[in-house]
Amino acid sequence: MSIEVRGISKQFGTHAALDGVSILVEPGEFVALLGPSGSGKTSLLRIIAGLEQPDAGSVHFHGEDATARDAKDRKVGFVFQHYALFGRMTVFENVAFGMRVKPRANRPPESEIRRKVEELLHLVQLDWMQDRLPSELSGGQRQRVALARALAVEPRVLLLDEPFGSLDAKVRRELRSWLRRLHDEIHLTSLFVTHDQEEALQMADRVVLLHEGRIEQIGTPDEIRSRPASYFVREFLEIS
Amino acid sequence: MLPGLPVSLGVTVAAISLVVLLPLSTLVVATGSMKGAAFRAALASPRVMASFTLSLGAALGAAAVASAAGLLIAWVLVRHPFPGRNFVDSLIDLPFALPTAVAGITLTTLYGPSGWLGRPLEALGIKVAYTPFGIVLALVFIGLPFSVRTLQPVLADLDPEVEEAAACLGASRRQIFLRVLLPKLLPAWLTGFSLAFARGLGEYGSVVFISGNMPMKTEIAPLLIMTKLEQYDTAGAAAIATVLLAISFLMLLALNRFEAWSANPTGRAR
Repeated sequence: MSIEVRGISKQFGTHAALDGVSILVEPGEFVALLGPSGSGKTSLLRIIAGLEQPDAGSVHFHGEDATARDAKDRKVGFVFQHYALFGRMTVFENVAFGMRVKPRANRPPESEIRRKVEELLHLVQLDWMQDRLPSELSGGQRQRVALARALAVEPRVLLLDEPFGSLDAKVRRELRSWLRRLHDEIHLTSLFVTHDQEEALQMADRVVLLHEGRIEQIGTPDEIRSRPASYFVREFLEIS
Repeated sequence: MLPGLPVSLGVTVAAISLVVLLPLSTLVVATGSMKGAAFRAALASPRVMASFTLSLGAALGAAAVASAAGLLIAWVLVRHPFPGRNFVDSLIDLPFALPTAVAGITLTTLYGPSGWLGRPLEALGIKVAYTPFGIVLALVFIGLPFSVRTLQPVLADLDPEVEEAAACLGASRRQIFLRVLLPKLLPAWLTGFSLAFARGLGEYGSVVFISGNMPMKTEIAPLLIMTKLEQYDTAGAAAIATVLLAISFLMLLALNRFEAWSANPTGRAR
């Protein structure tokens, strides 16, 4: 399923967070939104998820205009930097949440929910943790639960906001390659926000470089490395 | 052991004994000097029973209303910045500071048959002053700050991202409130409820003006205690007070148990 944003602009007070941004993410692609803090990358991700409304422009999934749709109707998986797990629910219930809140007519039966949750927890390698509370897990484990929770509703696209931002360097490196392998297995169209150029260039099929609300360059990691489009890109990537 | 524990424990226990336990135990001793039959006789009169029913019902009703309104007020104060928010926020505490008699007289003037609000309401067939409804109104006024002030810090602590995560998973506003927010708010909400209830059960000053104090109809239990005292029926007053105290204590105990359970429903040590 493709993600397309066309001419997205967003003002916060007098500050233009996003200024006419257009991106097309092809089905099954893994794209990084890279930029320094304040470049508008998180705002763009939140607009795609429906958590914020753009002042101008539109969001399309699979060619279909979703700009007017609520977050809850967009079928988007969102992974937050600080996990945003439900603190009073067990790992199992966190992952099952998306299935439990479905309207009764298309809510899966309990046995199906159980099977699905166990399958997802196996996928994120936490099957033995299902009765724990989030507070009993490490940061890396929490983020994997958050990912399993997002995948449980079979989202059409996956959006990740600095998913490794609050983890230490070692866990971050492990999770990075793990997430990339996971993506190669399930091929879910994914867009992830990061301020870490190494992370973006290492993981993504393509990188979108944002600077002060505008796109500086879009390209594969190789293209960006070998042909930086501007002085800013060169500076930001520390290409000498 | 904590350094200074014996001293601080000693001071604490002494203070609690002087301020709380001693007066309460005098009450129990005064009641204890009554014969069982006399105790039952003091309580069994229809007038006393009616006052218990009224006090209990009004305190429960008012605590429920104060809790519902308190959640809305706390929510708006925490989540929606608006001009004058600090001003409104400091108004919340006024019922704590205002002498309760002043509150009672003000409410009676407003809601009395010739008051600003009482007259139009009476034209609609709603009587507020000198009815149980008026008693509930006064108790809501007194109980509201308890509810708002216990909920505010918990609401301020909620992470909006958790609600956003639930929305992205397809949950409606209603489902987010019931499944995600309510479990977190419940302990504080119950604390506010039980504080408002306990305060309402014993409240005297603000109620006696608006209630009209008609025996069997709008006479609350604390007022009956005063009446008995004025008639030099100390034992009768003590008996009523003891029952009020027991009800409050049992209610608070039950709510405390429930709070402890809802704070850790899995029952597992953390």
